Amino acid sequence: MENSTEYLEELASKEYEHGFVTDIEMDILPPGLNEDTIRFLSDKKNEPVWLLEWRLKALETFRKMEMPDWQYFEMPEIDFQAISYYAAPKNKVKYNSLDEVDPELLKTFEKLGIPLNEQKALAGVAVDAVFDSISVATTFKEELNKLGVIFCSISEAIQDHPELVRKYLGSVVPVSDNIFAALNSAVFSDGSFVYIPKGVRCPMELSTYFRINAQNTGQFERTLIVCEDDAYVSYLEGCTAPMRDENQLHAAIVEIVAMDNAEVKYSTVQNWYPGDENGKGGIFNFVTKRGICKGKNSVISWTQVETGSAITWKYPSVILQGDHSYGEFYSVAVTKGKQIADTGTKMMHIGKNTRSRIISKGISAGNGQNTYRGLVTMGKNADNARNFTQCDSMLIGDRCGAHTFPYIESKNNTATLEHEATTSKIGEDQIFYLNARGIDTEKAVEMIVNGFAKEVLNKLPMEFAVEAQKLLAISLEGSVG
Amino acid sequence: MLSIKNLHAGVEEKEILKGLNLEVKAGEVHAIMGPNGAGKSSLASVLSGRPNYEVTAGEVILDGKDLLELSPEDRAREGVFLAFQYPVEIPGVSNVNFLKTAMNEIREYRGQEPLTAKEFMRLSREKQELVEFDAKLVNRSLNEGFSGGEKKRNEIFQLAMLEPKLIILDETDSGLDIDALRIVSRGVNNLRNEGNAFIIITHYQRLLDYIVPDYVHVLADGKIVKSGDKTLALELEEKGYDWLKS
Repeated sequence: MENSTEYLEELASKEYEHGFVTDIEMDILPPGLNEDTIRFLSDKKNEPVWLLEWRLKALETFRKMEMPDWQYFEMPEIDFQAISYYAAPKNKVKYNSLDEVDPELLKTFEKLGIPLNEQKALAGVAVDAVFDSISVATTFKEELNKLGVIFCSISEAIQDHPELVRKYLGSVVPVSDNIFAALNSAVFSDGSFVYIPKGVRCPMELSTYFRINAQNTGQFERTLIVCEDDAYVSYLEGCTAPMRDENQLHAAIVEIVAMDNAEVKYSTVQNWYPGDENGKGGIFNFVTKRGICKGKNSVISWTQVETGSAITWKYPSVILQGDHSYGEFYSVAVTKGKQIADTGTKMMHIGKNTRSRIISKGISAGNGQNTYRGLVTMGKNADNARNFTQCDSMLIGDRCGAHTFPYIESKNNTATLEHEATTSKIGEDQIFYLNARGIDTEKAVEMIVNGFAKEVLNKLPMEFAVEAQKLLAISLEGSVG
Repeated sequence: MLSIKNLHAGVEEKEILKGLNLEVKAGEVHAIMGPNGAGKSSLASVLSGRPNYEVTAGEVILDGKDLLELSPEDRAREGVFLAFQYPVEIPGVSNVNFLKTAMNEIREYRGQEPLTAKEFMRLSREKQELVEFDAKLVNRSLNEGFSGGEKKRNEIFQLAMLEPKLIILDETDSGLDIDALRIVSRGVNNLRNEGNAFIIITHYQRLLDYIVPDYVHVLADGKIVKSGDKTLALELEEKGYDWLKS
């Protein structure tokens, strides 16, 4: 009795454990979005002219675009002029070594469980840490360089490998793809760049950790991953933010290019601040993620565990252009309180014998709303293409909702599409069964939920699967009974 | 060990148990028989603490502890075990993981150290053998896709692992073919000892051929209307329940 009470109290106090603010001197651009903002940003980063022009064109595109209206939630009013588009720890724009990084910053990441000191770092995981608008540090860089693997912030890549960035930036997610993509293209501040040369299997997990700290800022990171012929990389992103009363916008873009026989695994553990139980504050997580299987036999695999954010709105997708290429999307999205998730994927089959697999698990508790939205297209040349889609929803309590919108377009009659969907409620029977074996309700729910999400959690790199499991349990703390 | 006095309980205002009395001592096996709707399964539910059941009067004391004051999980930790009539399926949760969690929760409650993985595996193998449980089922998801018989056998395997003191078998024989019934009964007989006690709820005398009870009680209309030894079960088999009702 005593022990279980303590356990519950400990869990309850953990509700959003990353909600602290780092007190550090910042360079913050006043709110507002116009050509000058972009010139300032570009100048601050010492960018080449072609990129400045690209950004300015994107701003023009952004201004012409309208907010979408097809989402299954009420779109909050966003005042793009009230957001600050650049915030960085003062004085340093580029750190040459960890010694130059403000100790307060290092402490912040340490507190988040992301030690940037290579001695302390997780074995086998290289980390790029992004704090507000800039990359703070990238670990294990030199070791990776020896193999020809480039893992650095996108700002550095623009300086050091402009030809690569120029070739691929915007090649998967065009500027005009959607309004947030246009906005990101205009104002993106930092993010990660990964290049795996031909024939190299990247020996460690590459990971980026995003942290929003400053007030009234948005985070607009840009990630670009290029995997050449016969190369392999597994990449993971994590993210957190302080608790703040106002909403903050996170509009990122991730682009992945996989050449012949290349394989890219991209995993996300998203834990942005979700707002309080009444829906005050929280991050708007509006992200465009897309990969292209350009080469034959290439593989792109998305795995996401989405527990945070006030609104999560994204569809990590794969364009299956190369013959025999394969795309995967494994997702767990948890919504509780007033959280909303409208997420899913697009699998666009263009090449012959392309295959895709979609496994989506939505968990809704409290007043949370969870929508799966997916599009599978079979192009006219996609002979013998196959897709399998499975959407499972779990409801906890009777005030939440689960919604499924699967869209299919097939222009090739040799293509095969399969769709399975289930909705279940965490049954009192299941909880009682576990109770009757000595397991308390909180732990019972944790077990049932983790069992439900297992197929997806198993896809995560080992080091993060355990974290993700704990995160699911903490997110649902107090949802039952 | 267990003392039930004047127990009144029901669901949503409907009284099902209407003044039930029962005394069970360590080492004993009590069979509870009775017509449909008499309250047999309700008794199992009330003892194990199933929500929705409301106790309106009476007491249930297990080794000096007021059972009705305890949550379902604490009753389990105190040594109450219900073998479910309809064991539920929990997808994605492995049988092993579930059992290990259950055992360690119970051990923690009793101030014992958790079992190491090695100790657990050794115990698990030993008990699998004792109750003839298929090793393949141990690693599968909890009851998911198990046949009716496999689910019941899993209940007995859990019983063997958790070593409770008061065991309630709620129609464990229902849905079992004769081979499975034999295996389940052998398992139960192997687990009988001086320290534990069984309450066996069943419709049929058949089970009692295999698990021989010390006492047989007839539950009708929420009360125990007749008690006797194992010959009572045979008499019931022959005459039915009607002669007891008047």
